[in-house]
Amino acid sequence: MLDARAWVLCVCAAALALVACSRTSQPVHFFAEGRPSKLSDWQVIYTDGPNLALNAGVIPYDLNTALFSDYAHKLRTIWMPRGTSAKFSADGSFDFPVGTIISKTFYYPRTKGAARDSIAVARTYDQSADFSDKAQGELGLKLANVHLVETRILVRRQGGWEALPYVWNAAQTEAVLARTGDAKPLELVSDDGTKQAFTYVVPNENQCAGCHVVDLKTKQIAPIGTKARHLNREYSYAMVRENQLLHWTKLGYLTGITDPASAAKNADWRDVAQPLDARARAYLDINCGHCHNAKGPANTTALDLTIFAADDRYLGICKPPVAAGRGTGDHFFDIVPGNPQDSILPYRMRSSEPGVMMPEQGRTTTHVEGVVLIEQWISATTGRCS
Amino acid sequence: MGKVAIAILCVLAAGCGGGGTAPQALSADDAAYQQKLQELFLDAKPGSVIEIPAGRHALDRVLTLRANGVTIRGLGSDKSILSFKNEISGPEGMLVYASDFTIEHLAIEDSKGDGLKVNDGENITIRDVRVEWTGGPKTTNGAYGIYPVKSKNVLIEDSASIGASDAGIYVGQSQNVIVRRNRAEKNVAGIEIENTINADVYENTATGNTGGILVFNMPNLAQPGQSTRVFNNKSFDNNLANFAAKGAAVASVPAGSGVVVNSNPKVEIFDNDIAGNHTANLIISSYFSTNYYNTRGVDPKYDPYPRAIFVYGNRFKGGGDSPDGLELKTLKTAMFGINGHFPDVLWDGYVDTKSLVNGLPPAAERICVQNGDAEVLNADGPNKYKNPKVDKTAFQCELPKLAAVELPHS
Repeated sequence: MLDARAWVLCVCAAALALVACSRTSQPVHFFAEGRPSKLSDWQVIYTDGPNLALNAGVIPYDLNTALFSDYAHKLRTIWMPRGTSAKFSADGSFDFPVGTIISKTFYYPRTKGAARDSIAVARTYDQSADFSDKAQGELGLKLANVHLVETRILVRRQGGWEALPYVWNAAQTEAVLARTGDAKPLELVSDDGTKQAFTYVVPNENQCAGCHVVDLKTKQIAPIGTKARHLNREYSYAMVRENQLLHWTKLGYLTGITDPASAAKNADWRDVAQPLDARARAYLDINCGHCHNAKGPANTTALDLTIFAADDRYLGICKPPVAAGRGTGDHFFDIVPGNPQDSILPYRMRSSEPGVMMPEQGRTTTHVEGVVLIEQWISATTGRCS
Repeated sequence: MGKVAIAILCVLAAGCGGGGTAPQALSADDAAYQQKLQELFLDAKPGSVIEIPAGRHALDRVLTLRANGVTIRGLGSDKSILSFKNEISGPEGMLVYASDFTIEHLAIEDSKGDGLKVNDGENITIRDVRVEWTGGPKTTNGAYGIYPVKSKNVLIEDSASIGASDAGIYVGQSQNVIVRRNRAEKNVAGIEIENTINADVYENTATGNTGGILVFNMPNLAQPGQSTRVFNNKSFDNNLANFAAKGAAVASVPAGSGVVVNSNPKVEIFDNDIAGNHTANLIISSYFSTNYYNTRGVDPKYDPYPRAIFVYGNRFKGGGDSPDGLELKTLKTAMFGINGHFPDVLWDGYVDTKSLVNGLPPAAERICVQNGDAEVLNADGPNKYKNPKVDKTAFQCELPKLAAVELPHS
């Protein structure tokens, strides 16, 4: 009898063949060591002419609330070797088997009529034109509509996770290893035509660790998004729309959970139907919590912005800063209830100046909508600092 | 014509209608060197020595090190210079998450954030490193020059920090620390020891800062500090107007502070030359004087009192004659006249009233000043400076001397 994953893979392969599949028949290649110089060496995602396609067994996924990265859209994928699976964890990242490959492609929708190598990209949350099919991402990205910037590979090797950044070429045919990072001048174009020039900064390997080493003592790199509370949502796969945790379980990629309804679930920060507090905390969790947690590099500050932090001084309420330096913006406390204008936290989010801005890396522009959310949340907080 | 000219200007400015400003790109040579240096940092492993050649090397991205046992070595703090003036991604100049780390004989200039930050390391040596903001003191300078934090066994010697918008040499939440023979100039705080256990600060020169040498305890942190010896230093003419952003811990330091102890217990201050600091040569104070105290934001277990402070054998000269801030100015004039001056030691007067025995703190927790003629002004901060008084006899006590810090690697 065919196991569930093989069955789904068969269906997926068939679907791929129907849509655009002229691809190589090579399977995903797990490199147990070394640094392949080209993204295509991994055979996880590849360009096949009109599409950035996913290889067989490579599953796209999305997060309830994602890290802000200069308005980039992201295609996230995961692959595990045949016969292996991740072990569910209620709070932390799942325990993934050696050989797991996670990819995250940062791209922008192209502006109307823009050439393939144009630096003008769209600033929009609308993803509807990104994909090769009405499904979210299983059949890949439509290259005619997107501008690929970089793809980061997180690979689980015997000794732990490693992070490798690849940068897409101007022709958008290949991404090349850029261990020391890169800087790309781009221009964000809003729906109303407003333009904003900025430098998209591709992190170097050590900067990857800046976010992905979530425990300073172990110094181990770990994925951030692959936790139950971020993944617990529906996704439109080619054949079905269903909960990601359920889908992974059916594929054999995940064990240890029977009912996603019992797992934690962060809010979607953009979904105004959800409580403001849940949206703000989800936003802080994914944007700040990888450093601002009890074991992270920002534990020097006594500020905990994970979803688990209690609603008190350690979440920043009335808390005097420890080592913010000029990052205070002349304000006395991280969060002044009811008063975002006097609070340090939104001040640092609003800034795009290194030395002031938070997060410290991963963006050079301001996430205007994110700042608005946090300001609304602080406005709704009650009490006084006295 | 006019329109064409404007259009050309727009193209040149490359930002018409946009919000962002494109940072200045590195020269091809600098870009190539940066890539090479970044690779050395990425590939470093125990035993690696990364040599920084002579010259001013412009970099636009933080140098991050994660491997233990690495040495970074230049040819001198005036010769091998890493300049971060055009930094786009940082914010530090150099960021180290590693142990058994040595950095020596080089300079880090104009980083957007901290110059050199070492987080969670053990056995750290920083020698002949100059961190400087070359445009002089500005609020927009990076916060800290040399900044080991949460580290154990730290030696900072023969180094310099100039122009930090918070503290020049800033040791935070660490254990077993020696800071010696350094120079701190034109920072808000010259040298600051914060929430640190066992620190020896000696033979340093702090001058031209807002405050010379600070020993502080901040609330809410996992480690309260204690046991710092400040001796054989020169801290003079630290009269620079405070240019820290408001809300920063050091923003509460009045210009003209020679040595400041705030809320930190077991501090021994001796054999220093402290002179010409306009507010006071030595300030002993409580977190209550900083304006940051509030019951909701500060851990109730935090101890805001400076307990067991022992001051002796210092050479005080001048100072106290032109204090910073209206309250202190008024107080000085009222008590000592236009041409008078505060005594050498200014104490804000906060005591833990719950601990008092017959009106005095327990013997082991007192402030003891046995320093020749030096007097103490109790400013009566708890009563809004209503009954300030100068005293000497009340501070004639002794405390056990602290042990010298010994480092396994120095």
